[in-house]
Amino acid sequence: MTIEEQLIKEITVDSLLDEVKSRSDDGYRLVQIGCTRIEDAFEINYSFEKDYRFENLRVTIGEDVTMPSISDIYWGSFIYENEMHDLYGIGVEGMNIDFNGYLFKTSIPHPFREPPQVSVKKVPKKKKTDEEKKEDGGEE
Amino acid sequence: MASRRTVVPFGPQHPVLPEPIHLDLVIEDEKVIEAIPSIGYVHRGLEKLVETKDYKNYVYIAERICGICSFIHSLGYCQGIENIMDIEVPERAHYLRTIWSEYSRMHSHLLWMGLFADAMGFENLFMNCWRVREQVLDVMEETTGGRVIQGSCKVGGVRKDISAAKLKEISAGLDKTKAEVEEINHVFFDDSTVIHRTRGIGYLSKDDAYKFGAVGPTGRGCGVAIDARETGYAVYPELDFKPVVETAGDCYSRCMVRAKEVIQSADLIQQAIEKIPDGDIEVKVKGNPDGEYFSRVEQPRGECIHYLKGNGKRFLVRERVRTPTLTNIPPLVKMLAGCEMADVPVIVLTIDPCIGCAER
Repeated sequence: MTIEEQLIKEITVDSLLDEVKSRSDDGYRLVQIGCTRIEDAFEINYSFEKDYRFENLRVTIGEDVTMPSISDIYWGSFIYENEMHDLYGIGVEGMNIDFNGYLFKTSIPHPFREPPQVSVKKVPKKKKTDEEKKEDGGEE
Repeated sequence: MASRRTVVPFGPQHPVLPEPIHLDLVIEDEKVIEAIPSIGYVHRGLEKLVETKDYKNYVYIAERICGICSFIHSLGYCQGIENIMDIEVPERAHYLRTIWSEYSRMHSHLLWMGLFADAMGFENLFMNCWRVREQVLDVMEETTGGRVIQGSCKVGGVRKDISAAKLKEISAGLDKTKAEVEEINHVFFDDSTVIHRTRGIGYLSKDDAYKFGAVGPTGRGCGVAIDARETGYAVYPELDFKPVVETAGDCYSRCMVRAKEVIQSADLIQQAIEKIPDGDIEVKVKGNPDGEYFSRVEQPRGECIHYLKGNGKRFLVRERVRTPTLTNIPPLVKMLAGCEMADVPVIVLTIDPCIGCAER
């Protein structure tokens, strides 16, 4: 098994279009655009590939930032940009096909926008059997 | 006088679509001028569950993203966690994962071939494809306990082993399956009904397929030789493997890729059975994932990505699944522009849309 090398380059919103354009000019294909909620910001990964070289551009934005669409450069990006808007509520300006929030028909608007609200019931720790203790090398 | 344009809704309920996808077809006479896709009727938000489920248990949810490529979803997820945590999975587990992955591909492609034949009104061919598919599902059930949801992949390896005698039996059974698939493929490749409905229909050039992000048989049918199995995951580097590529870019070409891949998958399983080493099938996993990884695997419909990010706790911060159907929608829109209205169902089917995956 080979572990793939994956490059992540942090960039700003202002330099996004230039960076994307340079990848398009170099013959990279757009693999995906994905968003992650991190505390009070969003991390957006733009992934590209050429000859199995996998590269990512990462933009970290605040809650009210509108992103420029890359659909003039990669026509098919509208599917990811609409997804980003519908699930996270991130505005994307200049999409070639804009579903105006109706690509994903969710019961609540922007369901992925809120940071994780984790409240898990604590389960009392099970007492280890002698056999399990032995397996763990005496480790508790 | 210019023809009047009309918008014809296609789906979300349609005889050729087992799952809901909608297309607004802008037509002029019988010609499709533009197709505007719409999905999201059954979006489940499964990715969000990663925030409240233990990362070791989430594999059950990852596997249930789709009822067809289920095993490969669990593999993609486990592989991502293992890479973040530097877990060295035993070699035998990698081989078993490869065997079950290729069985998944066989069952998915045979399912598709049957549905495709049915969409063209070729009932006999449909029944033959599904009859052979049963042999594949039987092996899945015998080796894992499940026909479509196997539950055999786990973080750190696999849950079930296959005995040497069973592996021998599987390999012999595959010779029979291959012979039957060859017969079916002969009909797909040479029958005038199939050729009439597929050749030259739904054309997409190699450049457009690459530019618009086509993956899997949709891309390979246009000459784009991209296959995530070449990135070196599981034991594909140990096997004699080259992606199946066709260059015509039409429905016939995409159909040929899938039909040939069924035979190729059977070959890969037999190679893996010959080389599988003895040994453990899992390692004990301790700790929690802290880091991120884009885990890429090749599903029957194409490249699938499980992006995983952990912060050292038992709940992950994010799992983002980019499924092949999602990325094959823009190429589909391009294929439909300019086609005849009557060809739309066949063209839509040739991307093998899996809405279960896209609506994860």
